[in-house]
Amino acid sequence: MSNNTVTTDKTAGIGPVEGESLYNVDNPAPYIEAPRKRTKKTPKSTRGNFEMAAWLFMRLSGIVLVVLVIGHLLIQLVLDGGVSKIGFAFVAGRWASPFWQVWDLLMLWLAMLHGANGLRTVINDYAERANTRLWLKGLLYTATVFTILLGTLVIFTFDPNIR
Amino acid sequence: MATPVMDKVEAESAASPYITVTFRVRRFNPEVSAEAVWEDFQLEIDPKERVLDGLHKIKWDLDGTLTFRRSCAHGICGSDAMRINGKNRLACKTLIKDINPEKPITVEPIKGLTVLKDLVVDMEPFFQAYRDVMPFLITKDTNEPTRERLQSAEDRERFDDTTKCILCAACTSSCPVFWNDGQYFGPAAIVNAHRFIFDSRDEAGEQRLEILNDKDGVWRCRTTFNCTDACPRGIEVTKAIAEVKKALITRRF
Repeated sequence: MSNNTVTTDKTAGIGPVEGESLYNVDNPAPYIEAPRKRTKKTPKSTRGNFEMAAWLFMRLSGIVLVVLVIGHLLIQLVLDGGVSKIGFAFVAGRWASPFWQVWDLLMLWLAMLHGANGLRTVINDYAERANTRLWLKGLLYTATVFTILLGTLVIFTFDPNIR
Repeated sequence: MATPVMDKVEAESAASPYITVTFRVRRFNPEVSAEAVWEDFQLEIDPKERVLDGLHKIKWDLDGTLTFRRSCAHGICGSDAMRINGKNRLACKTLIKDINPEKPITVEPIKGLTVLKDLVVDMEPFFQAYRDVMPFLITKDTNEPTRERLQSAEDRERFDDTTKCILCAACTSSCPVFWNDGQYFGPAAIVNAHRFIFDSRDEAGEQRLEILNDKDGVWRCRTTFNCTDACPRGIEVTKAIAEVKKALITRRF
């Protein structure tokens, strides 16, 4: 009424059957904010691409581990006399070669990280309280770091002439 | 002398389509007790009828306090998803004869969401996750409905499967990861994000992928296929989630 151009210029949307529009230029329709709009108050939800990296790592390390572990088992337990041949001398002989050092080091790191990441997801899925999660993950990470460091130390500082 | 009578009774029972079925319903009323209990109902029902018809018989003839959701009763509105014989289904799409009526038929509310009364759960966390993925068309220049947005049949086919979702929550409430703390977006939200991410007309795919890259996003999926098994619309839910994962990986590398 007050603004004749607005009422006549209703080409789109609401036809005459539906009567007067509730909204016009002076009284616009309420603005609906997009849900979950990132504001200052929104907690930082993503830790970069860590979850994606972890997911990819599980797949790739799994493929490499199949080769490494099956090879390891064959050499240690099946071929050339099987488990009875294993002794200090056998290990010393193998670790004299950088190839087997790298093989075992790679297997140690990949298996430990693969297993630790798997347990991390299990804890995330099954521990319901934040505190339980914190403690279980703390224990897991401590054990993982300890085992990886100890194993790495042994592989690099192994002395075949130890008495 | 007794023989003809017996015969008649037997013939009648053979002609009658009705059988006696036990419904074992998980009842919960917070005004009465904090505990949920199983309650058995015996009813005569045609095995070709649906579980929803059984629940109606209970509510209308036996116990009017039984509470459950249903609207269309024909598998479209998605109101009556419930756990029937331990599996998430729509009560209106499950025939009595298909779920072994010899044994009691257990009917529970869907898991992972707060039960309000009997079979009614609080769907708000489910719909919050749905809203979070922005399930509407977003275009960069203008969202105004000024012109028709054309699309080839192939482009439409790309996301056809995920347009079938009726938001019944059967998939999300069958997901063991969702059962834990309810922070996981859940299959239904990812399906509805997939519907727009792979829509050639939509231009906010990147934003949606970023939302699903969250630590409670697609990477919490354990590929257990519970969601695909539960979906009453036959959507390949796990496949849709895998496609979102693939899109997240390939867009960077």
